[in-house]
Amino acid sequence: MTGHSPIWSLISTFGLMSLFAVGGAAAAVPEMHRIAVEVNHWMTDKQFADAYAIAQLSPGPNVLIVTLIGYAVAGIPGALAATLAMCLPTALLAYYVSRLLNRPSQSRWPGLIQAALVPLSIGLMAASALVLAQSTDRSIAALLLTVMVAVMASVSRVNPLWLLLAGGVLGFAGIV
Amino acid sequence: MSSGSAPAVQEPDLATAPPSLVALFLAFARMSLAGFGGVLVFARRAIVEQHRWMTADEFNETFALCHFLPGPNIVNLSMVFGSRLRGIAGGVAAFAGLLLPPTLIMTALAIAYARFGDLEVLRRILAGISCAAVGLLIAVVFRMMMPLLKQADPLAVILMLGVFLAIGVLRLPLQAVLLVAIPISIGLTYFLRRKVAA
Repeated sequence: MTGHSPIWSLISTFGLMSLFAVGGAAAAVPEMHRIAVEVNHWMTDKQFADAYAIAQLSPGPNVLIVTLIGYAVAGIPGALAATLAMCLPTALLAYYVSRLLNRPSQSRWPGLIQAALVPLSIGLMAASALVLAQSTDRSIAALLLTVMVAVMASVSRVNPLWLLLAGGVLGFAGIV
Repeated sequence: MSSGSAPAVQEPDLATAPPSLVALFLAFARMSLAGFGGVLVFARRAIVEQHRWMTADEFNETFALCHFLPGPNIVNLSMVFGSRLRGIAGGVAAFAGLLLPPTLIMTALAIAYARFGDLEVLRRILAGISCAAVGLLIAVVFRMMMPLLKQADPLAVILMLGVFLAIGVLRLPLQAVLLVAIPISIGLTYFLRRKVAA
């Protein structure tokens, strides 16, 4: 596709992104969308929304949407490269930071930085919801389904998996 | 799913010997495969209650650390937990256990999607699941936002809205937005805390 090998652009893209993914995988979704759909045209809007749905529905950490993006770009090697690039750098960073903090110096900086990052990561996650809703909720019925699931998940402790499956059944029935 | 195994011969306190690398790998693989839509709950249950590798306090402390670092929290957590128990090899074992099985499943799903993704039935089902998945995300955002709104801290709310607009509406690059927003937020938090302390 580009002059560079697609594997390398996956590694550099997700390796860098993971170090900026404050607030975890859900917060990085808009950036993934921007890079995969708008900048590089690796996937269509619809494919991206599907990838998000598949990643939510399958077991394991939700960050594995990058496995699907990687596969769309470069097959199985792409899937593995994207997964490792998204996961390994921050895991190593966490390892070194945790060793540093294990020393008894009780600094107040970790608590302060954490407090400062909270509003940012919530803003990022809200942006994720907006980006995904724009590619998913293209009809009134779809929008209604999203709103109903949001309300049910907020007020009850029902297992999220049931809500996802209910969405699948409604989609199968052609209602959405 | 497989968390039903009875607590084996275990002391009331922490387990005496650190787990083997294979045990770490298998424990994280199990919690990963059980964790539909979030592994954290299962990680806590396995590490604190089932295996007693850490106390609840140690778990919370470690999780807080992983939460303020960038990247997927649960992945960071596996590396930090594993390495606290068994050094860097333990970290790698937990990391691999957490990621390898679901990555294989996800790759199989990617292959299936590439082949069958255009089927009308599958498109409809996925469309329905997508709508529900977005609803779940909205619920999580809402739940996390409540404490912030209750504190009625205008600066935090403005920062949150600013990031939301920059990323969600204007679609600016993540790095650029955060390189501006993080220093502002840390600076403001620092000065506000000093003012409160003074």
